[in-house]
Amino acid sequence: MATKQLSWLIPAIVLSGNASANADEMRLNMTKGVTDISASVYNLHMIIFYICCVIGIVVFGIMFWSIIHHRKSKGAKPANFHESTKVEILWTAIPFVILIAMAFPATKTLIEMEDTTDADLTVQVTGSQWKWHYKYFEHDLDYYSLLATPQSEIKNKIAKSANYLLEVDRPLVIPTGQKVRFLITSDDVIHSWWVPEFAIKKDANPGFINEAWTRVNEPGIYRGQCAELCGKDHGFMPIVVIAKEPAEFDKWMAEKVEIAKKFKEEEQKLLAMNMPMEELMALGEKVYNANCAACHQQNGQGIPGVFPGLKDSAIALGDVKEHIDIVVNGKAGTAMQAFGKQLALKDLAAIVTYERNAWGNNTGDVVQAAAINEFLVDK
Amino acid sequence: MKDEQKTQQATNKLVKKLVVTVFLMFGFGFALIPLYDIFCDITGLNGKTSEVAASQSSFVDKTRTISVEFIARTQGNLPWIFKPEVKKMNVHPGEMHQLNFIVKNNSVSNMVVQAVPSVSPGIAAAYFNKIECFCFNQQPLERGTSADLGLQFYIDKDIPAEYSTVTLAYTLFDISENIEQDEFIKLFAANKN
Amino acid sequence: MSTKNLNADNHVEEHHGAPSGIMRWLLTTNHKDIGSLYLLFSLLMFFIGGAMAMVIRAELFQPGLQIVEPDFFNQMTTVHGLIMVFGAVMPAFVGLANWMVPMMIGAPDMALPRMNNWSFWILPFAFLILLMSLFMEGGGPNFGWTFYAPLSTTYSNDSTALFVFSVHIMGISSIMGAINVIVTIFNLRAPGMTFMKMPLFVWTWLITAFLLIAVMPVLAGAVTMVLTDKYFATSFFNAAGGGDPVMFQHIFWFFGHPEVYIMILPAFGIISQIVPTFSRKKLFGYSSMVYATASIALLSFLVWAHHMFTTGMPLAGELFFMYCTMLISVPTGVKIFNWVATMWRGSLTFEVPMMFSIAFIVLFTIGGFSGLMLAITPADFQYHDTYFVVAHFHYVLVTGAIFSIMAGAYYWLPKWTGNMFDEKLAKTHFWLSLVSVNVLFFPMHFVGLAGMPRRIPDYALQFADFNAVISIGGFAFGLSQLLFVAVVYKCIKGGEKATAQVWEGAEGLEWEVPSPAPYHTFETPPTIK
Repeated sequence: MATKQLSWLIPAIVLSGNASANADEMRLNMTKGVTDISASVYNLHMIIFYICCVIGIVVFGIMFWSIIHHRKSKGAKPANFHESTKVEILWTAIPFVILIAMAFPATKTLIEMEDTTDADLTVQVTGSQWKWHYKYFEHDLDYYSLLATPQSEIKNKIAKSANYLLEVDRPLVIPTGQKVRFLITSDDVIHSWWVPEFAIKKDANPGFINEAWTRVNEPGIYRGQCAELCGKDHGFMPIVVIAKEPAEFDKWMAEKVEIAKKFKEEEQKLLAMNMPMEELMALGEKVYNANCAACHQQNGQGIPGVFPGLKDSAIALGDVKEHIDIVVNGKAGTAMQAFGKQLALKDLAAIVTYERNAWGNNTGDVVQAAAINEFLVDK
Repeated sequence: MKDEQKTQQATNKLVKKLVVTVFLMFGFGFALIPLYDIFCDITGLNGKTSEVAASQSSFVDKTRTISVEFIARTQGNLPWIFKPEVKKMNVHPGEMHQLNFIVKNNSVSNMVVQAVPSVSPGIAAAYFNKIECFCFNQQPLERGTSADLGLQFYIDKDIPAEYSTVTLAYTLFDISENIEQDEFIKLFAANKN
Repeated sequence: MSTKNLNADNHVEEHHGAPSGIMRWLLTTNHKDIGSLYLLFSLLMFFIGGAMAMVIRAELFQPGLQIVEPDFFNQMTTVHGLIMVFGAVMPAFVGLANWMVPMMIGAPDMALPRMNNWSFWILPFAFLILLMSLFMEGGGPNFGWTFYAPLSTTYSNDSTALFVFSVHIMGISSIMGAINVIVTIFNLRAPGMTFMKMPLFVWTWLITAFLLIAVMPVLAGAVTMVLTDKYFATSFFNAAGGGDPVMFQHIFWFFGHPEVYIMILPAFGIISQIVPTFSRKKLFGYSSMVYATASIALLSFLVWAHHMFTTGMPLAGELFFMYCTMLISVPTGVKIFNWVATMWRGSLTFEVPMMFSIAFIVLFTIGGFSGLMLAITPADFQYHDTYFVVAHFHYVLVTGAIFSIMAGAYYWLPKWTGNMFDEKLAKTHFWLSLVSVNVLFFPMHFVGLAGMPRRIPDYALQFADFNAVISIGGFAFGLSQLLFVAVVYKCIKGGEKATAQVWEGAEGLEWEVPSPAPYHTFETPPTIK
């Protein structure tokens, strides 16, 4: 045990040296955040903390005084008192007064936090195992946001980057200085959308919507995490929000909407094309490892009893149509999601091709985008 | 000896009382469900709207305008298309409105779905009156077909002033597996007529 | 502890033809035997649950996944929680109640001895079922000890059925234990032992027993609903069928919050016995202690939703639960003040039980402070589901409940075995535990405030340094507890003979019987002046 601990200790020290150099300075306290609300939450936290400190110093002070001075070894004789209504009423009343004093600012902040009216921008936030989906209510734009940290960093094969586990492929972008409302819900289990710098933590409940809002004062990149246990990869679904100046935000939005439109057109063109097997396999491996390997594993063997393996499986070796259906539309009542909504046609075609030809699944089937599209009418 | 008997009796009585309490509390666990629903109705705790149709309103408050937003989602893996005709409407309290939600079953099989409404802010749910709603019933839809689902509603004139925006979100759940086979067939037969 | 200690007038045993060996323990209806069984069982569970904590801390020692997979990590956090709550803390308190309540009120035994036997012996099976589920295909329960739906219904594997069955058995056992305590205290008090003369440990246990009877059936209801939602197509917690997943949390925490007090009220009782003994002074404010305990118990039914501020409650709900929660700190504060006032101008000595008690008062109060901070709803949005909460409830349950159990065990061990324990070894145990437990849990406040969520198997780099420290504290605390086993073992085997009173300042009926306490005590009730 001891030697093992020691061998962990060395990389830990090296790593932590890196960490404090790269990441923000090591924090001991709650963040002040970048909104008025988060600042008042921080203030509440500090007030109640100081109150606790004062009470602690007084009570423990008296106790340790007694421990030092009223010990038998110093010849202390026990006194006889064992009640005093006056004192007892006093030490019931004083905490009561402190609490009432504390309740006022807390109530005020809470009322502000719950006021979601008159928002300038609304974003629908949907959690699912294990990623976030953002949809701009007023704009024609929606996308998934997934963990961007590669598996090799998690498995300690390469050095960890500065924002290890706190980086995503497509962050949420919001304007500064505007009231942004979040409508939060979930696609499967309960998740919780938490960005410490905004002092927002709201549960995403399946079938119900929750509201939260923020008005960010400073442009920047703000990172958070899912805060409610949501299954295996609960620790691997971070949140990244980029706050931009309103003008920049509008530019970004126009660009993204344009790209999304173009992308759809591109896909239509793709339907007429055939991609060669090698290209599909190479792309398929990449997309599979990013989207499927968390459950079905890189070697396609799954986790027995939890996630089925794909190597030699009836689906991967059986009817192509059923295989596509399950990848595109998911399987009800299981963790298998509908990837049709999340991935491009090309990627879907590549995944199915890859699964049918990797790990000794030698069906020789080449699946093209057009075949996928049949299951995705009206995408 | 008599004292002992008396204690024995007292003991038995007390044990019985305690056992009854245990069963009552067990029942209370289940009674919490309807109690919670009543509680939610009163306080708007979970933003659920009423499951029965409301009656028409007779008064329109033209002095106020409330913006009503519609969100339509499908749950999890449901391969359906589901969207409102319009995303947003400005309404006066008491004023009747009608809109359709467009659904399309893109899956390879016939399915029955249930729409679950949720209103935010939760308190506003109590003032959201639906005269006709597809969410009152289970919705069968054959594969590949689409339909328009109607909603008729008005916002109660008593809605507190602080609610200037009300969001109504529908989530479509696949319940095909939860209903009996013959009921499933019946639903589709009824739909055809 | 052993049949050899029979008094001459304890002839009842001979009528029965006392069984020996394992059958003696299987068939025993003696409150002291059953108390010992409960205590040893909880010690075993403490180490099993502790081993799981070691797995968790080993994985979290540095960032990255190195020892276990995330799914197994979740199983460890889940089963660690369940075992520590239902297997270690609760049975330990029931064990102490079994041993001490009859002796403190001058009763010959528990009122319902056969039920007592049964309520113990179903427990090992409950935990066997729970532990076996870990070896099922797909693993054991992995949804956290709070088993929030729908993670525990639609999205769980089949070990859930075993989990539900096991929780049902634990619940039945607790309810029977509670009925037994209530009936004993109501009916078997010695003449003259009025309610307001009862020792505080008896009082706190009486109130705890009522809490148990009120909320364990609610837990049974909750797990039953999870079972029918998963296997019998009901929709209690499924929005598709008209249910509500947040409803689960309301039911669970309606059980869960009083449960928290079930695990701390008897601890208050133990500390209220020990502090006066070693202060050589009567407990300050006895009646206010009783009222404070009762009001904590009543308030515990009104605060459950403070565990769920982030689920999206209307403002009025959040305010109500915030105010009620803040209110609880008043009677809890009264208790702390009373203990300090008891020590004030006493004649203090610092034997091991007293050392654990003082540590309890200080460290439990720290847990209470973080609890008060958590009550402030706007701030709770930042604390909720982070390591700050983990720090809070471990301060309350480890340095609170567990330390009080240790204090109680050292306090009464000479009475149980007839031998004094090895003081030097026990003091080493205390100091090692005290230091390591703070190295273990105090930095959790910092990582929590800095933003580390709980129940994650891997974390961002800025949390690395503190997590390494926490893990080292964890291993040290875990290892230190082996010393406790050594002390108990040595004490059972032999040692300096203890007097009837054992501790100089000890008062109460349990100190009037010889040490070790004879197999049967108070067959003729004593009279209380």
